[in-house]
Amino acid sequence: MGQITLNQITKSFGDVQVIPPLDLQINDGEFVVFVGPSGCGKSTLLRLIAGLEDVTTGEIDIDGTNATEIPPAKRGLAMVFQSYALYPHMSVRKNIAFPLRMAGLDKDAQDAKVEAAAKVLNLTDYLDRRPGQLSGGQRQRVAIGRAIVREPAAFLFDEPLSNLDAALRVNMRLEISELHQSLETTMIYVTHDQVEAMTMADKIVVLQAGVIEQVGSPLELYHTPRNKFVAGFIGSPKMNFMMGEFASEYGATTIGIRPEHLSVSHSEGKWSGRVGVSEHLGSDTFLYVEVDGLSDPVTVRSTGEVGFRHGDTIHLTPDPEKIHRFDNQGLRIA
Amino acid sequence: MARAVTPRRKTINTIAAWAVGLLIFFPILWTILTSFKTEAQAISDPPVFLFFDWTLENYAVVQERSDYMRYLWNSVIIAGGSTLLGIVIGVPAAWSMAFVPSKRTKDILMWMLSTKMLPAVGVLYPIYLLFIKLGLLDTRVGLTLVLMLINLPIIIWMLYTYFKEIPGEILEAARMDGATLKEEILYILTPMAVPGIASTLLLNIILAWNEAFWTLNLTAAKAAPLTAFIASYSSPEGLFYAKLSAASTMAIAPILILGWFSQKQLVRGLTFGAVK
Repeated sequence: MGQITLNQITKSFGDVQVIPPLDLQINDGEFVVFVGPSGCGKSTLLRLIAGLEDVTTGEIDIDGTNATEIPPAKRGLAMVFQSYALYPHMSVRKNIAFPLRMAGLDKDAQDAKVEAAAKVLNLTDYLDRRPGQLSGGQRQRVAIGRAIVREPAAFLFDEPLSNLDAALRVNMRLEISELHQSLETTMIYVTHDQVEAMTMADKIVVLQAGVIEQVGSPLELYHTPRNKFVAGFIGSPKMNFMMGEFASEYGATTIGIRPEHLSVSHSEGKWSGRVGVSEHLGSDTFLYVEVDGLSDPVTVRSTGEVGFRHGDTIHLTPDPEKIHRFDNQGLRIA
Repeated sequence: MARAVTPRRKTINTIAAWAVGLLIFFPILWTILTSFKTEAQAISDPPVFLFFDWTLENYAVVQERSDYMRYLWNSVIIAGGSTLLGIVIGVPAAWSMAFVPSKRTKDILMWMLSTKMLPAVGVLYPIYLLFIKLGLLDTRVGLTLVLMLINLPIIIWMLYTYFKEIPGEILEAARMDGATLKEEILYILTPMAVPGIASTLLLNIILAWNEAFWTLNLTAAKAAPLTAFIASYSSPEGLFYAKLSAASTMAIAPILILGWFSQKQLVRGLTFGAVK
């Protein structure tokens, strides 16, 4: 079981309130991702759930019990840290066995569980090494192993992949997703990378300045962002925003259109401009178009190769179904 | 860009390093050599380097004239005692500043260091008068206390730097793994801090062993350590270089041996945190 309920929790450091009153429900077995720019309070929120920080007011329930005053060691949660936080003076075996040792398990039971976890994580050959002798990816796996053996109610991940290189990050992302599918345990995952959020999450919680901007599945957030912030944060490349006449035509203060929802033409279209930079990825082409009447270039994503060069005149047409409209508060107009 | 290390450059560096090393070591070497010369050879001009009549006579005389073991024992008690006491006080101090820092932590650290900027002689009078009042003059307890106090800032600074290097996340990981505060200190913190405590211990034993200002000024006979033993061979006896050298060699030998065997630990302790 791993159902976590945050009930009107707040957190202040001195006079500064980093988390205003916040409610959140995390269901058993869910993969929840907290995402937001740095300093948005997502790590603080995770540390509050872990018990490493005390809430200022409010209540945290884990599986129906009030856990607000329970110390981190007794909450039955396991955490994987950004720095891996392995014990440098212990072998991999002892690192993974540490939570079992603390739980008072006998030696044989410890060994069996460590061996099983090592097998799942491909660490069997490294059990007698020290963390210092492992690569970044292996260290991360040891940290995950240490979390698995406890059979926790929920896993907490604090930006676990940000210290890895790009290729390894994609691999580990997949491994963590597979782990979630096989264990079916609740996972709460903090990241600033919206791609990680989109690819891994059942439910994404978008945070800004300690406030939940939106909670929803990746595709809900992509298709119906509740406000301009979520619209701009989710999706890569970023959504284009247009104001003034461009928006008033659609009865909105601001309109947003994703780069993949613009079609291009040499001869005709709704808006015209000139091609600035173009990025050719083979599968896609990203064009940065200077549109007449707009200060920021508009990003366009086209599939495959398109025959545009720097300085060419280009015409853009948005898919009318895919235009997002926002009012003067930045909120979505339904 | 990495700097290219050519073989020639490497040779030059090696020679330079040896030259500096020998220059620093030369006075000690010369003292040791002189201790095996006769008094006449010790002051001969030009000086003799290796080819002289090696003799143990100076050691015999020194041994006969003063009770080396008593001085040695005093040194061991004072250096060891002041260091242990300093560690006992320094560990909790450094611990709290490293793991539960407050707004004033940096100021406190600077204030502690600032006490080392005052010349020792500046507080000789007050301390001397206090010692008379408290009956601590020429006692091991008194010297242990004074040496502990003058080295405490260094002890705390060294330990603080060490503890600072232990990442907070590791302690949090232990907490998440179900360790109680006691288990966290016992299984995680202490093993990780042992190298730091050990090198602090070693360095401070050496500092206290070699300390000559307070040990000479606050002792007479009973509590006098090896520094006083050396000093007793300098002026009143006239210029008996060979015997003075023999006494010096005997005084520094124990700490030199300790330093030799623990050099790896010492270097690590002194450069810890410098390279990251």
